[in-house]
Amino acid sequence: MSVAGVFVGQLRREFKLLLQSREELANPLIFLFLALTLFALGGGGSPEMLRDFAPAIIWVLVLLANLLALEGLFRRDYDDGSLEMLVLMAEPLFLPVLAKILAHWIYSGLAMTVLAPLAALILFLPAEVLPTLLLTLLVGTPALSLIGAIGAALTVSLRRGGVLLALLVLPLYVPVLIFGAGAVVEAMAGIENMAQIYWLLVITMVALTIAPFLVSAALKISLEQ
Amino acid sequence: MMTTHLLTLSGLACQREGRDLFDDLDYQVAPGDYVELTGPNGSGKSTLLRSIAGLFADYSGAIEAAPLLYVGHRPAVSPLLSPLDNCQWFLDLVGSDADPLPALARVGLAGFEEILCQQLSAGQQRRVALARLILAQRPLWLLDEPLTALDDSGQRLVCQLIEQHVETGGAVVCATHQSLGLSATRALVLGERQSSTAGVVA
Amino acid sequence: MPLKTLWHRMGSPRWMYQMSGSWVWVLGVMATVLLIVGSLWGLAFAPADYQQGNSFRIIYIHVPTAIVSQSTYMLLGAAGLVLLVWRMKVADMVLATAVPFGMSMTALALFTGAVWGKPTWGTWWVWDARTTSMLVLLFLYFGLYALRQAIPRQETAGRACAVLALVGVINIPIIKYSVDWWLTLHQPATFKLTEAPAMPPEMWLPLAVNVLGIYCLLGAVLLAALRLEILRRERDTQWVRELVAAR
Repeated sequence: MSVAGVFVGQLRREFKLLLQSREELANPLIFLFLALTLFALGGGGSPEMLRDFAPAIIWVLVLLANLLALEGLFRRDYDDGSLEMLVLMAEPLFLPVLAKILAHWIYSGLAMTVLAPLAALILFLPAEVLPTLLLTLLVGTPALSLIGAIGAALTVSLRRGGVLLALLVLPLYVPVLIFGAGAVVEAMAGIENMAQIYWLLVITMVALTIAPFLVSAALKISLEQ
Repeated sequence: MMTTHLLTLSGLACQREGRDLFDDLDYQVAPGDYVELTGPNGSGKSTLLRSIAGLFADYSGAIEAAPLLYVGHRPAVSPLLSPLDNCQWFLDLVGSDADPLPALARVGLAGFEEILCQQLSAGQQRRVALARLILAQRPLWLLDEPLTALDDSGQRLVCQLIEQHVETGGAVVCATHQSLGLSATRALVLGERQSSTAGVVA
Repeated sequence: MPLKTLWHRMGSPRWMYQMSGSWVWVLGVMATVLLIVGSLWGLAFAPADYQQGNSFRIIYIHVPTAIVSQSTYMLLGAAGLVLLVWRMKVADMVLATAVPFGMSMTALALFTGAVWGKPTWGTWWVWDARTTSMLVLLFLYFGLYALRQAIPRQETAGRACAVLALVGVINIPIIKYSVDWWLTLHQPATFKLTEAPAMPPEMWLPLAVNVLGIYCLLGAVLLAALRLEILRRERDTQWVRELVAAR
């Protein structure tokens, strides 16, 4: 009972914090659409070109927007000392960690999935591949939050951790990008693509199994100073 | 019955940047002890407390400690939450279903329970951390400069809380620059030559 | 010596220093001899490829560096696990010294690949599966290197790198698989870098010698750097002072 309480209590706290910083919350999403617009402008607005590149553009920007949101995952708690309290008091630590990652996914990955039809519209992605795009985002973005949390935990004590975080995390995102964008590309070509979706699922499940423990270890390491 | 110590340090040694912070430190803290940890800046007071708390593991020797609560430099109070929410989160974390309101009233935050901490003063935020001392129900308290940012009444509050805790069989280790002036104080001095100065002053 | 004793002794920097003294020399000499023999044999005496002519000879540098850069990352993962679980100082030193070595080998493999690609494929860069995997590997090395540089406290930096190396090791097979899959989607698999089984022995034997040589180099570089690192970290201990005084 108390084990579930730790998880629920942490989740409740995260949502209260998110509500208090509503304006920051939208920033990664605004970034996503701003960058999409820039792509369209840079490409001269040509529908054919944008449509061909739409899966890559959307997935790359989702990675980057996710990364932007990652910076704050542990930073605020580190600054006010709550992270120390969490690491010392939580038993087991991976439960509140998982709650924090879940909250991060809801306002980054899930929010982007919900807004993806809009992005698809801007880039002239054919309507019939939209379900595939949404499915890959839904299955793939949890892996981004989970893997990214490891990088965020490793860099939380560093003042200027932003670029370093990107350097650590983006190479680890490569498989998610390949399978995510690849599945949409295949859907556009009318090829069977369930294999990629299953692969995304596998990556997410592996990340879900391992990441909470590695994040816990990384947080303890970052606090040791 | 044998007296069980709440904290036992045996042969504790720690180096930082090639310098001995403490070396071969043996110390026991029994129920009812109030230990004032003093020493110049950089003598390792915080490191010792963090080691005992479990935040720092790069030492040799052994530490045995009863369940404890550590209150560090940063009070672990989120400015974007109210005192009540901050305490409720803490209670969820330790798996307690105690009522946070009496504790908040005890530290002088009655009427401020639902206000965001960022609108409170630094001293009032510290008081939220003090409320957690009451709520935690841990026999051993580790306090790192607990008087920081507190006004006179706040400092008296810290003294009262410590005295009450010690009288009810708890123990407190407190790193501080200014002595709290409590009657039953043991002193642990870091820095200088450890083996000769680290001792008990009645 | 019983295995358990050996395990415990490996945690002692002093023992490692004393034991590694002669091994550095053995491995260093072996690496030099093997690399000279292998390279001379491969560059001057092995027969030219009937399709690629003499340009294929860069294989004698390209393949060993590519192989050793991947093994080095596996070594990092193993060292990371040992450091996190048993907190062995030696593992941290392996982590610290193997990263720059692996990083330069990966860069060298990519560079030789590009040089080889120009006469063979007519282009410096191809998004070939192996090339792409190597590029991602290089980024993983960059990350490890940058993380260690960014964290001021040595012990913290070592353990943080250990976590990152573990994540990388888990990720590498998935990266390799995904890149392979991606390649078959976008390009026909006509560009295969090495068709090793088709090679006659007088072509692959020098290659094997060079691969062996570069592993000896890895061992020698690791041990030599390890010994320096041991001295630096243990400079305040009695045995290092005695050692220095004896010189």
